[in-house]
Amino acid sequence: MAALLLISGVVFLVAILALIYRIFTLVSIAKGSTKQRVSTSNKINAILFPILFVVGFGAIFIYSGIASEDFLPVAASAHGSETDFLFWLTMAIIGVAFFATHVLLFWFPFKYQFKESRSAYFQPHNDTLEIIWTVVPALVMTGLVLSGWMVWTDITSPAPDDAVKIEVMGKQFNWEVRYPGKDSELGKHNFRKIDATNSMGIDFRDPKSIDDFIARDIHLPKGQPVLLKIRARDVLHSVFMPHFRVKMDAVPGMPTQFWFTPIKTTAEMREELSLDPAWQKIDPKTGEPRFKNFNYELACTEVCGSGHFAMRKVIIVDEPAEFNKWYNEQDSWASKNKEYLSSIGINLDLADNQ
Amino acid sequence: MSTVDIDIQSAADAHGHDDHDDHHEQGFFEKYVFSLDHKVIAKQFLITGILWAFIGGLLSAIFRIQLAFPDADLTFMKPLLGEWIDAQGKMDTEFYLAAVTMHGTIMVFFVLTAGLSGTFSNFLIPLQIGARDMASGFMNMLSYWFFFLAGAIMLTSLFTSTGPASGGWVIYPPLSALPQAMSGSGLGMTLWLVSMAFFIVSTLLGGINYITTVINLRTEGMSFSKLPLTIWAFFLTAVIGLLSFPVLLSAALLLIFDRSFGTSFYLSQIYIGGEALPNVGGSPLLFQHLFWFLGHPEVYIVLLPALGITSEIISTNSRKPIFGYRAMIGSMIGIGFLSFIVWAHHMFVSGLNPFLGSVFMFLTLIIAVPSAVKTFNYITTLWRGNLVLTPAMLFSIGLVSLFISGGVTGIVLGNSAIDIQLHDTYFVVAHFHLVMGSASFFGMMAGVYHWFPKMFGRMMNEKLGYVHFWFTFIGVYMVFFPMHYIGIAGFPRRYYSFTNFDAFSTFTDLQIVISVAAFITLSAQFIFAFNFFFSIFKGKLAPLNPWRSTTLEWTTPRLPGHGNWPGKIPSVFRWPYDYSKPGSKEDFIPQNVPFSQTSESNTDMENDLGKLEEGDKKDEDKNNEIH
Repeated sequence: MAALLLISGVVFLVAILALIYRIFTLVSIAKGSTKQRVSTSNKINAILFPILFVVGFGAIFIYSGIASEDFLPVAASAHGSETDFLFWLTMAIIGVAFFATHVLLFWFPFKYQFKESRSAYFQPHNDTLEIIWTVVPALVMTGLVLSGWMVWTDITSPAPDDAVKIEVMGKQFNWEVRYPGKDSELGKHNFRKIDATNSMGIDFRDPKSIDDFIARDIHLPKGQPVLLKIRARDVLHSVFMPHFRVKMDAVPGMPTQFWFTPIKTTAEMREELSLDPAWQKIDPKTGEPRFKNFNYELACTEVCGSGHFAMRKVIIVDEPAEFNKWYNEQDSWASKNKEYLSSIGINLDLADNQ
Repeated sequence: MSTVDIDIQSAADAHGHDDHDDHHEQGFFEKYVFSLDHKVIAKQFLITGILWAFIGGLLSAIFRIQLAFPDADLTFMKPLLGEWIDAQGKMDTEFYLAAVTMHGTIMVFFVLTAGLSGTFSNFLIPLQIGARDMASGFMNMLSYWFFFLAGAIMLTSLFTSTGPASGGWVIYPPLSALPQAMSGSGLGMTLWLVSMAFFIVSTLLGGINYITTVINLRTEGMSFSKLPLTIWAFFLTAVIGLLSFPVLLSAALLLIFDRSFGTSFYLSQIYIGGEALPNVGGSPLLFQHLFWFLGHPEVYIVLLPALGITSEIISTNSRKPIFGYRAMIGSMIGIGFLSFIVWAHHMFVSGLNPFLGSVFMFLTLIIAVPSAVKTFNYITTLWRGNLVLTPAMLFSIGLVSLFISGGVTGIVLGNSAIDIQLHDTYFVVAHFHLVMGSASFFGMMAGVYHWFPKMFGRMMNEKLGYVHFWFTFIGVYMVFFPMHYIGIAGFPRRYYSFTNFDAFSTFTDLQIVISVAAFITLSAQFIFAFNFFFSIFKGKLAPLNPWRSTTLEWTTPRLPGHGNWPGKIPSVFRWPYDYSKPGSKEDFIPQNVPFSQTSESNTDMENDLGKLEEGDKKDEDKNNEIH
């Protein structure tokens, strides 16, 4: 990286120095030769385009390899590998278009630089050419739209009935996560019930709320569909789980949702990453190889105020058995806050008996 | 139609002559401040735009320092930023967002809308269509002064104690509606909204004028099919602006209501600052729809003028007609129309109905087709040309490159399935800074270098122009291209620092590269500023037609006075792209040269037209005798 930096910096400097040199030397020459339509600068500018092409695409080629080490690991969700495939397919297509057009765009200034003796080719239009380059992009676009549309329809289709429901609520500046408890049904919530203790505004008059629990980290079962019920308490937030290719805004007053299936446990992902040289590097913070402390994360991607950049929550994907164990061990929020409940007039022991 | 044109023309002529007959010395204020002359107003827009560009650029430098050196002691910035840098030398997190927000607002609206459209529509429309001035000089003057007022208010907001608006340039409510949510949503946001209201008024006054002028004041013979592509671009831009900016005004108005009068257009079920707000029933998505109904056409409002300018410059300096003149117009109309029905691609993951997402994905990817056509046409115009690489031409080629590199990633983002991952990451930042920011900026620079001789009667220094171009071209690529990598790695936008997340803890060295490149690119703009202001006073005197161009503005005197042409306005006989026409003595034939004088290069049809012209002329002479 540092070497690349140095090289590009040097090339940059040389190009500049060359230009500045020309400026000084050419000032005198240019003064004497005002009759010419173009000065020597035309040649220099013309040659700089192909040079920049070679240097630029060389840098892109080399650096893309280096940068890809720091890209996200392979998608940890079922739909994620499909969108990733579409992404790289589209990147390949536009990469070719980008390269091909730039071959011409950066070659022509050199090839067709001004010569007094030559005259340009008078060519106002060519219908065949124009039809070709209208139709070809149109066809490519159609293909991309259709494949994108199919994946999009799958992703946004209704969640399977057996999906694990998890409520994710964004607020300034953290996330709160509620699980439905033993009845697998999330209780109602109401923003008017929010206070310092009941930060999610859970409505405990709804019996389904009694067994709901709030988790510090997000636990997900591997291989089972997960339905995120997303809401926001104050301003817009956005649920972003980069490793799962999941993103959905959290909107105050308008619940949103997103369902997906995690396909790799945290442990599996760590093991997979342990083979990756980039992840074998020692993390200066912990003194251990990076893969050892790998965690899935939840971030916010809709600007929400001063703490926007710090809305982190750890996601842990377990094997289904582990997940169930963890799930059943959790105490419901109500059982941990009996005093609060009695203060709002709900006696938990009575509710249990009902 | 020709008779109507002639009537208007002779009236305008008479008026023009009157002005010259009772010539009186204009005072300083009349001439340079509250001027009604389109050329002076254009220069006012340009110079104001350049000043705003430096302010916007400086803001970006401030937040690039934070991004590259998150752990650095920034005490040295205290003299400039005061309390926004705390005692430990750390930048205030809200100020970071304020800088990002103001950078976006300033660049999109004040620099690339007012600075670009305001300058070149004003300057070129009358000169290229052959008109004495804009349809309404007074409205034109108001347009500038409303813009100035908007700018003054926005500038004031930078110095308020609670800071300027800081919820992103898109000012999504509820964040922007609730002063409890962040301090920038207080007075700063109020000033933002007031400023934008004036700005919209300015844009509408300008736009109505541009449209009216293009439709009504074209000189004899200047049919729509003979208009230079610049004028087509300005005309379509004005139409798009006229249809979309009022929607932003209504969005802003409803936001003002929510902020100040307790309405609930955008607010519902909010608990903030320890209390539940009374608002229910509003929808934050409504704002997003209204905002992007302007916001997306706005992209083309800044881009189309740049594309128009580039068409003109590439054709002139390739010494070749623009390839596919009609296809170029068709693409611009297509882009203009489609720009109104793609807005929700900014909202794929906003909670929008997924079916709508599919529709908008389809419409969005269609827009790639006319854009591709334009690109191919530019490249084909270069093919077998005789290229004079003036600074303007370099910036135009640069624009085409940026338009491609930024445009192709639009195909990625326009695909809703892929956008799930990339939405609001640096990939988006890279995309729009290349295609909208840099490309439009390059168009603006190309325009300045190209029409400077007509604006100020002097030449800019070419060598400094080359240096400026290469610094800027390589610079913007060094700044924005690496952002793709960061975006693919998932880094979200508008993050003060990335150290909190394991996933985003990489690319720290690349952030430094980007920032250093940004500082160099920004510094290089001072080369331009020096060249620009120095050349106004000390540049070499410009020849009448320095680029050997065909359009009408080059038939005016070196420094056109009020009314643009001292005598009769020239008539137009041919399209604006007769470059290197086979048989012609020179490699260009201006639009005002009749076919009857160019028999050596005419096609058969043009020879016939030439004969008709002769007939017309005889009729006219006869008429004159009768009168």
